[in-house]
Parts: sequence; C-alpha cells; structure tokens
Amino acid sequence: MTIFDVIVQPLQYAFMQRGIAAAILVGVVCAVLGTYVVLRGMAFFGDALAHAILPGVAIGYLIGGGAREPLFWWALLTGILSAIGIGTISRSKRIKEDTAIGIIFAGMFALGIALISSVRSYTVDLAHFLFGDVLGVRASDLILTAIFGALIMIIVFLLYKEFMVISFDPILAATLRLPVRLLDYLLMILISIAIVVSLQTVGVALMVAMLVTPAATASLLTRRLSTMMVLASMFAALSGVIGLYLSYYLNLASGAAIVLTCTAFFVLAWSITGLLRQKTR
Amino acid sequence: MHWLKQIQDSNFAFLSQPHPHEAGKPVLRLEGVTVVYESGTALDNLSFVLRQGERLAVLGPNGAGKSTLFKVIAGVLRPSRGLVEIAGYEPGRHICIAYVPQRSQVDWNFPLRVTDVVMMGRVGRIGFFRFPTDRDKEIVHRALKTVRLEPYANRQIGQLSGGQQQRMFIARALAQEAELMLMDEPLTGLDMNAQQELFDILDTLREQGVTVMIALHDMKTAAERFDRVMLLNQRLIGLGKAEEVLTPDKLLLAYSGHLQLLTTSGRTIAVSDTCCDEGEHDHF
Repeated sequence: MTIFDVIVQPLQYAFMQRGIAAAILVGVVCAVLGTYVVLRGMAFFGDALAHAILPGVAIGYLIGGGAREPLFWWALLTGILSAIGIGTISRSKRIKEDTAIGIIFAGMFALGIALISSVRSYTVDLAHFLFGDVLGVRASDLILTAIFGALIMIIVFLLYKEFMVISFDPILAATLRLPVRLLDYLLMILISIAIVVSLQTVGVALMVAMLVTPAATASLLTRRLSTMMVLASMFAALSGVIGLYLSYYLNLASGAAIVLTCTAFFVLAWSITGLLRQKTR
Repeated sequence: MHWLKQIQDSNFAFLSQPHPHEAGKPVLRLEGVTVVYESGTALDNLSFVLRQGERLAVLGPNGAGKSTLFKVIAGVLRPSRGLVEIAGYEPGRHICIAYVPQRSQVDWNFPLRVTDVVMMGRVGRIGFFRFPTDRDKEIVHRALKTVRLEPYANRQIGQLSGGQQQRMFIARALAQEAELMLMDEPLTGLDMNAQQELFDILDTLREQGVTVMIALHDMKTAAERFDRVMLLNQRLIGLGKAEEVLTPDKLLLAYSGHLQLLTTSGRTIAVSDTCCDEGEHDHF
C-alpha cells in the first residue's frame, strides 16, 4: 500500500468524508474562541460549560427518543443558559468564582447522567455524549455545524478589536465606554455555541481540549493575536484529520484520537521552543 | 476576573454620542465624593478642582484610596455619594479619560505588539463593526513618535523595559486623545534615566494641555516635578504647593502608623515602615 492509498482509501466511505469535514469545522471554530479562553484563563469555565450542557442533551434525548434535532436545540438552549448562569454567579461576591463554577458544573453533569440513566439502554448513548461520535455525523448535522460555525466566525471578526480590549485591559474598555459586561456575556455565549456544535465530534468530557490545546500550542509560537488564531486553527484542523486517520487505521475512539493528536502537537511545540530558548540563553 | 465585578455597567452609554465639553468649566471637579466598600470607607467626602494642563502628584500611604479615587474619576466606579464632573459633565459619558495601570497589573505575555496596544486607544473612536482607517494608523504612529517608541512598534509588549512600557501606555492615552490622564505609580521600578525620560514626555503633554494625575510614593519627586501635591488618606489632608502640603504635621496625619518623623537640628527625617508595592490594591 502506498502513502497515496493510505490517504485515499478511507475517503471512499461517506462517513469518513463527513467526519473529516466536521472535525475540521469544529477544530477551527473551537481554536479561534479557544484563543480567548487561553488568554483570559477561562479553561475551567470552558470545561464546566461543556459538562453543564449534558442535562439539556439528556432532555432532548428523552423527548426525541433518539432523534438528532431536538438534541441539538436543547443542548444549545442549555448551553446559552449555562453561560449566562455561570457568568452571573462568578460576579457574585458571596462565594469564590471557581468554587461556584465547580458546584454548578458537577451538579448539572450529575443531573444529565441521572436523566440519561432513566432509560434502560443508556450506556451506549451516554458514551456518545461523553466522548463523541464523529463518524456518526450526518449531512444535516454538518449543515447545522457549518451555519453556527460561520455565525461565530463572523461575530469574532466584526468584534475582534472589542474582544481584544476587554480581554487585555477591562479598565481601558470601561474608560472607552465599551459595554464590557455585554461583550463578556456575548463571548461566553459564543463559547457555549461552539461547544454545542462540537458535541458530536469530541463529546462533553474532552471538549476542553479542543478549546485549550490548539490555542495553547499556538501561544508558544507567536506574539500576535491574529497569528495565534490562524495557527491554532491550523493545528486543530490538522489534528482533526490526523486523529481520524489514526482512529480508522488503529481502530481507536475518534474523539480520543483527535485530542491525543492535539496534545502531541502541544508537546512537540513545547519541547522545540523550550530547546530553542535554552540555546539562546 | 474577580475585580471585574467592580466595573460599573456602562448603561448603554456606547449607543449615544460622548458629551461635549463645556467651555470655562474645570477639567475635573469633585464635590463630596465618598466611596464605601463592604470592607469599609475608601474615600471620605473629597472635594477639589483641577485646572487644565496641571500636573498633580497624589501621595498617601498604602490603602489611602488612591486607586479608588482614580477609578471614580475614570468613571469605572460609581461613588457611593457625591459628584464628579469632567469639563462640566459626568465621567461615564467621556472617552477622553485615560487610565494607565500599574505595570504589575498587566499581562505582559499577551500576544500583542506595541502598536496593537496603542491602537486600542482608538477603539472607542473607531466604533463597532469598523476597522482602523489610515487616519487612525497615522495617529498611532504619531503617538509612538511622541514617546520615542517608533523603533519598538513591532516588539511584543513583554520585551520592553519598564520605562518603555510606561511610555507605551502614554502613547495609548495620546491615541485615545485623552485630556485627563491618570497614572497609577508609574515610577515604581524605574531608574533615574527612565524617570527623566518619562517627565520629558509629560512636559510635552503639558504643552498640549493634557492634565495629569500621578499616584506615587516618592515625596522628593512630588515636590520637585509637580505643580501641586495632594495628600490623601481616605479624606483630603492637603492640596497645594509642595511646601504648603508636605509639612510635618500634615504628613503625620496622613501617614500616622506608617511613618515617624524625626527632627534633628532643623532637618526632618521621615522613617517609613511600609513597602510600596502591595496592600493598597486589594480592591482591584
């Protein structure tokens, strides 16, 4: 088998084509928003948000009896509500922010598992929600992903400078009379939408890796925000493709394979930049 | 993110035009301003007026409320009581007030170039869904030139020296077309040369009519380099020429507990037991 065969052979399957398209789309969207997640130190928030979506998924699952559409819309609704909820709680002074997020996140996650477990054959479906099933992506899923992904990218593009200012210097943003709180919520809502569209690719449990790892890899290699977004997107897309091939040939869980590839890129970048730094010292 | 809680909601002020400036009104007027935090009173009944182009030093021990005062003036914190007026109007509607943060409060690893940070000063004027024009780029370029940072325009911000970092924020204030600039301890950690460069630039700002308030700890610098000196410890203890304000009795009043004054053969020696970098900024 030549290298050409290795690459082309899996592509004869429609599910593989759709899976790769989904992985690239999701990777790029998550990487762009992940840049803000990394720079603002919101990794825990992203992880919590992903887990908090599970009860919404569960309700959609119970109502729809396994149909895909209600699942998506319920997840989206829960995601947006959770983003606003967590955002509000983290502003309250009565309890520390990370403690509050921890409580909500575990509570919502448990509620989701409890709801799903009320159905007898739940283990298989639960595994799909937790770890993703990118090879099960259908054409209609792909269209939804593309629409919402494009929406996110357009908003990030139009509000690029505002998001940059509120992330770097919120006091400057306030003295420029930008609506800091509104923009904060908008960013959190965009992150939650990205999580919902990525649900099928990597699942709830590994979501934070899609948000954080490619952006963190890019942050090691550049000193410009726009370049960081482009590099992060490239790493994420590449990881999606390589991960799926690994999953195909080695018979691995697809979500795990994608995340492991992301991690490998990070370790590589970390080691190389670390070595270069030692040399110049 | 926790200190973000303090930033007041802008109440959709961004949807309306910034207020005009009323001619003949002082740049800054405070009337009975009081700020009460849950932890206690930070500012107690402050009233004073600043003239255009003036350079004021704000002195006081840690926890005296200097940072709180700046946030109230910048319009990012609403006072519990009292009135703040910038050129005759409330600060929340102006975009001509620049706040220069302490260097320790900035994430210097952020992937930004010097020119990116200076361009941030333009964001309020460019407006939503728009991108910088050639004119904005020209203004940024000129601001960098004024603070002599042109050669460093494309450096990542963490690669600048302490003095250069302060000058970058001044350039950002210039790009913002600031008329009132608030600087929170800009001299901390700067050597004599860097301090001299900073004051040279402040002199050019004065020629342009920019009013500057600077929080600092060094009384000698305050006495030599500023038009007036403010002594603050929650309430206003003194405001005026250095020789009128920095008197032993007023200093003792401001620094009681932090400072001891020893008078030996006509010379006054101040002994302080606090350090400059921590403590005061708990509220951030």
